[in-house]
Amino acid sequence: MIKHIVYMDHNATAPLRAKAREAILATLDLGGNPSSVHSAGRKARRVVEDSRELVRAAVHAPKTAQVIFTSGGTEANTLALNGATRVLTSSAEHASILKARDDIETVPVDGNGKIDLGHLQELLSGGDGHAIVSVMLANNETGVLQNITDIAHLAHRHGALLHVDAVQALGKVSVDFVALGVDMMSLSAHKVGGPTGAGALIASKDVKIVASNTGGGQEGGLRGGTENVSGIAGFGVAADMAVAELAKMDAVKALRNQLEQRILEIAPNAVIFGKNVDRLPNTSFIALPGVLAESQIMAMDLTGICVSAGSACSSGKSLASATLAAMGVPETLAKSAIRISLGHSNVNDDIEAFLSVWKDLYERNEAKQTAA
Amino acid sequence: MTSQHWTQNNPLYLDYQATTPTDPRVVDAMVPYWTEKYGNPHSRNHHFGWEAEDAVEIAREHVANLIGGTAKEIIFTSGATESNNLAIKGVAKFYGDQKKHIITCVTEHKCVLEACRSLQQDGFEVTYLHVKENGLIDLDDLKAAITENTLLVSIMAVNNEIGVIQPLKEIGQICRDNKVFFHTDAAQAVGKIALDVEDLNIDMLSISAHKMYGPMGIGALFVRRRPRVRLVPLIHGGGQERGMRSGTLPTPLVVGFGKACEIALKEMGAEAERLHGYQVKLLAGLKANIDEIYLNGDADHRIPGNLNISFSYVEGEGLMMGIKDLGVSSGSACTSASLEPSYVLRALGVEEELAHTSLRLGLGRFTTDEDIDYAIERISKEVNRLRELSPLWDMAQAGIDIKSIKWAEH
Repeated sequence: MIKHIVYMDHNATAPLRAKAREAILATLDLGGNPSSVHSAGRKARRVVEDSRELVRAAVHAPKTAQVIFTSGGTEANTLALNGATRVLTSSAEHASILKARDDIETVPVDGNGKIDLGHLQELLSGGDGHAIVSVMLANNETGVLQNITDIAHLAHRHGALLHVDAVQALGKVSVDFVALGVDMMSLSAHKVGGPTGAGALIASKDVKIVASNTGGGQEGGLRGGTENVSGIAGFGVAADMAVAELAKMDAVKALRNQLEQRILEIAPNAVIFGKNVDRLPNTSFIALPGVLAESQIMAMDLTGICVSAGSACSSGKSLASATLAAMGVPETLAKSAIRISLGHSNVNDDIEAFLSVWKDLYERNEAKQTAA
Repeated sequence: MTSQHWTQNNPLYLDYQATTPTDPRVVDAMVPYWTEKYGNPHSRNHHFGWEAEDAVEIAREHVANLIGGTAKEIIFTSGATESNNLAIKGVAKFYGDQKKHIITCVTEHKCVLEACRSLQQDGFEVTYLHVKENGLIDLDDLKAAITENTLLVSIMAVNNEIGVIQPLKEIGQICRDNKVFFHTDAAQAVGKIALDVEDLNIDMLSISAHKMYGPMGIGALFVRRRPRVRLVPLIHGGGQERGMRSGTLPTPLVVGFGKACEIALKEMGAEAERLHGYQVKLLAGLKANIDEIYLNGDADHRIPGNLNISFSYVEGEGLMMGIKDLGVSSGSACTSASLEPSYVLRALGVEEELAHTSLRLGLGRFTTDEDIDYAIERISKEVNRLRELSPLWDMAQAGIDIKSIKWAEH
């Protein structure tokens, strides 16, 4: 019997949208290097430039902003910080930021994962103004949203630039480059139903990007290498659709809230991280005290439910979530947390399937506790 | 003739060094991974993740097999430009406190040259070897350039404009004898000619999928394990690709790349033979119809899918405009929008006038015998038409040495 798969790991990667797939396949048939001047090349160039406008529009970036295509969010983050003299970031960032350089300065986050603005201000006051502050819009594990406009004001008051990793936010909440007041923003295609292998760094006109992949002169000399034309085509379509379908997130949020409510009814001792602050509508990071995340995930997988212990990058390595550690969550509790991230396709039955396995895990653990 | 349907909007594609069409078999291999198999290969916890990881590892084997390496020595990247940057900057950053001299060559791809230039700003010394008239480096120059301080030699396997194959085995031996790392940009070579990293003593080798009928956006760097080569990564983060290259792997592209390597391993020999026939036919056909044409780059040490020809007394731009039903280029795609004559041809000693009149003709898997006939006819007709309009050609025919003319200044 083929197992019915319940996919609840959209923050790791979202299913490819049918229209993005069509765009990818159509582009593969096109052929042509976008840098070539003959007609095959010009057709490929057209695809890249059309997608650039779709991605720009998806985050309401101005006409003048630089939109640089990369191989994904990680490369976009690397590019944003390349050449910076000083980088300040929160302690709950994605590894691609935290490991970008050895001398990175981290600002602590509170118990909800929100950056400590007072501490950030102190660090900014201590510098000569040429810093880049890099903060993620939405945390990939808890879904907690940072107060980006406040951080932008603070950074700008001290002459620093603000880079925002909006990889998890796009398509889940409204993302407005101008209204947020950011200077640079990273995006990834496969988190919004586009293909893996494409992403972008968006930067205001005056921000000087230092290329990390030099050569060839593509992307205005800021990112060498033949463009991933089919990936970029899929990215443009997916970004456009993700934003157009933002209203559908209300239904996803209702499902998520229902799941959390039921969890707390089953297990009053369950911990839902960041529950009382602004979060992504689709994400829930839940600890079941006393049951290791690996055991929970395995039990879920046996019944065809896909969830994760946190960031996919570090999954399989059995480490407790870095985000939770930064939030001051004790390691034993952190090691019992799993992330559920929903998408448009999830339905009520998926929630019921999840709860049935989760309830069983909880009850077996309770029985074990009582016996001991 | 069956080729009459070629038009300006649907040109006959003869630019296989810029990019190759994705093989339909490669597309078929990728499609399932763009639909139901959408797992993040790094999500090792669930069904989708496992399936994606299996597919990635199978592809890694195919890539390794094609170049005689092992799967553990293959690092997936976004393409050859990133591979070249990673190899050169990565090794320089790791070993830079021990040795600070790099040797490369003036006809390398721009990304290799720019990576070297950026290292010069960081205090590295770089020797840019010149090439002989045939486009190949002089091995004695290489030997003479190596010093105690030399860390790395980076010489491309096949030139992207003139298709010449550098003497890799000899270079590899010289590097090994002198305990210098040997990196080769093999973007134009892999899948076209047989390469074995063991036999050639190559320590690092860059590959691009879209130059060998795979998809754009994926490539690889071979990094030798014995003796071990160590790198500082350019892209940090989740620690994918054994820490040497972070970022979620694009599973469909990796699968397509693997399939392209699998196909190449099987079909490369026969394909090269067929293309060699076309190459000979095309050059002979053009020579029979047009006087005073020059083949740039060595005639023998050359991949079968490339010809680079200068047509004297013809203005390059005019020629390109006249053959819009042929998808050809005047040189590297990266620099094709610029009117500068090719730095590769200049390095060979080709005069500026001739360098301006050159075409790169790239043949490949889907080129047919009829295509060659069509190309010969169209290029011959256009070159001869333009020459009839050219006063220089008239004078040359009358025996006047053009170089002796003193042009009036204006």
